[in-house]
Amino acid sequence: MRMKSHTSHRAVALTAVVALGAVLLAGCADDSDTPGSRSSGGTNGKGKITVTIGVFGVFGYKQAGLYDEYERLNPGVTIKETSIERLDQYYPQLLTHLGTGSGMQDIQALEVGNISEIVNRHSDQFVDLGKAQGVDKNSFVPWKWAQATTASGRTVGLGTDIGPIAICYRKDLFKKAGLPTDPEKVGKLWTGDWQKYVNAGKAYMANAPQGTTFVDAAGGVYNAVISGSVERYYDKDGKLIYKDSPAVKEAWNLAMDVIEGKMTAKLKQFDQTWDQAYANGRFATVSCPPWMLGYIKEKAGTKAEDQWGIASAPKPANWGGSFLSVPEAVKNKDEAIKLATWLTAPEQQAKLFQKQGSFPSSQAAYELPEVASAKHDFFDDAPIGEIFTDAAKDIPTLVIGEKDQIIQNTITDVGILQVEQQGKTPDQGWAAAVKDIDNALDQ
Amino acid sequence: MAVPPAKQGGAAHRERLKAERKAERRNRRYRRGLRWSPYAFIAPFFLCFTAFGLFPLLYTGWTSLHHVSLNDPTAMEWDGLHNYTRLLEDEFFWNALRNTFTIGVISTVPQLLMALGVAQLLNYRLRGSTFFRVVMLTPYATSVAAATLVFVLLFGRDYGMVNWALGQVGIDSIDWQNGKWSSQIAVSSIVIWRWTGYNALIYLAAMQAVPNDLYESAALDGASRWQQFIHVTIPSLRPTIQFTVVVSTIGATQLFGEPLLFGGAGGQKGGASHQFQTLGLYMYEQGWINFHLGRAAAIAWTMFLILLVIFPLYLAVIWALRKNPGEKAT
Repeated sequence: MRMKSHTSHRAVALTAVVALGAVLLAGCADDSDTPGSRSSGGTNGKGKITVTIGVFGVFGYKQAGLYDEYERLNPGVTIKETSIERLDQYYPQLLTHLGTGSGMQDIQALEVGNISEIVNRHSDQFVDLGKAQGVDKNSFVPWKWAQATTASGRTVGLGTDIGPIAICYRKDLFKKAGLPTDPEKVGKLWTGDWQKYVNAGKAYMANAPQGTTFVDAAGGVYNAVISGSVERYYDKDGKLIYKDSPAVKEAWNLAMDVIEGKMTAKLKQFDQTWDQAYANGRFATVSCPPWMLGYIKEKAGTKAEDQWGIASAPKPANWGGSFLSVPEAVKNKDEAIKLATWLTAPEQQAKLFQKQGSFPSSQAAYELPEVASAKHDFFDDAPIGEIFTDAAKDIPTLVIGEKDQIIQNTITDVGILQVEQQGKTPDQGWAAAVKDIDNALDQ
Repeated sequence: MAVPPAKQGGAAHRERLKAERKAERRNRRYRRGLRWSPYAFIAPFFLCFTAFGLFPLLYTGWTSLHHVSLNDPTAMEWDGLHNYTRLLEDEFFWNALRNTFTIGVISTVPQLLMALGVAQLLNYRLRGSTFFRVVMLTPYATSVAAATLVFVLLFGRDYGMVNWALGQVGIDSIDWQNGKWSSQIAVSSIVIWRWTGYNALIYLAAMQAVPNDLYESAALDGASRWQQFIHVTIPSLRPTIQFTVVVSTIGATQLFGEPLLFGGAGGQKGGASHQFQTLGLYMYEQGWINFHLGRAAAIAWTMFLILLVIFPLYLAVIWALRKNPGEKAT
């Protein structure tokens, strides 16, 4: 009896230990696992397929009802979206998953700032969507298509949206400062030259309503100007040229003019203080791609209803935009390709613009009524379809390099901010930015 | 015919022998079980620790000796001590090290002093003491992200409550995020807010273990409340204080979430001139923004080594302190 009880004790203890160990290990393993890798197995018994899609921030497919529509059209397919709020967390995670060949979602979104690195270094890890059935190269804006295509002709991503720039301005503030308020006339103030935009700023500041400035941030001006230049940080052969690039110099100097003329509210874009300044109507203009409209509406609130107008920007430029890609290593490749193709087709891009304000990268979509006759109620029913289609027309094919994003962010977040917010001289700010970029790019 | 009994006896004997051997075997097994089962019980911890603590630590050390990019994390190129020697010449690293030290001091010192004071107050008999103790612990239970976002609003330049309050007493607004000291003080205030209550509760627990006789005899000798605090409470709390100092030092060295979120968009830089970039942030920037995994691993190991150097220094200080008052007392 005694012996038996000992054995059973031991058995219980051993089982407990094993079970505990298993639970702990499973618990640990669970943490490092991503939901996507488990569901990308696909079928769940009844022949149903789950297609996973990984995005950063808000892509708006769900909000625009596109997933529901696709699921209705394709019985047996369920779409599961995983969104990571910040791109600076999303992209490194995607790279580690690519490195280990696991954990990817069936469809992965790619930001334009990272597309060059993906095309140059990781193109063989992605499906060539250019050859996918139903994809029409000619329906996309040519430069958008080119950005995601390798020299050998592999297209790793299908464009979702682009960011043609306009200028959003406060009509009430313009009126008080003695400037025109009609979009046509406002656009004429600076047609063709960013310098004219800065001059308009001088005119505004001369009679500015108290406590307001012409622009939100000098970094925003820099971004807008540089986004219309063909060669910026790298030349066509991929050589780093940002230190002597005329485009960078022009954009930098204009930003410095804005600071020197005390035309900026000294804010950092996308910070909480920036949001508060929208709500308080502290600045009169901001460079705005279509995706900014929703942001302004949300932050400025009902108080500013119909106070904002949209005018065309001095020069055509593109700020932002993304791609959808399908990694080679995922299990649901075929279904993923189908879904990515469908989501980026002209009809869906047009619906996305209508509901979410992401401007189509598909030129075939511009003629569709959802785009052509689109108006925005918050902006006094401005014909945004017309405005942004015009703005998108002459965007040049920008040369984008691997580390564009780091270089641009450092110039604005270190160089310009040091001058704008910390009172350093332009030379000091530029030197600090260069030192920072050199450190970041140093191999 | 004497054989059968003998045979019977032999069989019984053999049976007995067999049983004894069996018992002996069982006994041995039992003792062996007694001896080894504790190891089996603690094995899960060590398995988990090896897999998720020790291995990453060693692998990070191995990585730090290589050139590795996040673009291809599996391709490692031997680099010797280059990542470490590079750090010696890296002004951003030294800047981060200095910031980590200054933020560590201006957050840890006031935090522990305040915790002592709060613990002393809570140690008095007061109505609803449990309520106050729970209140003290709530900041600790708040997530870093939530707390920091509120502090960002409080320390806002244009519409922040702190500047509004300063304005009420005639002090000009301060651009909290852009000054070197102002930003470091703002970050420290988040740390202080979160951890003071936690440390206070640890001190309170230790204070309640101090024998009452000590206070009674001190009172008989005519010691005031303050003198009792200095000469009875503090010496009795010495081991606890040492513990909190060690824990806070480790925490301060690894400071990450508060400055990252305080910096807003692009927070890993710790401000336009890196005025509040800590070692944790610099490691994050190198590894996950600039993709230099080897260099980031070297920073991680350097942080670990710095702690390994600090603790013997602490021990020396503690030892010196203990020796001096000890001599006076005897």
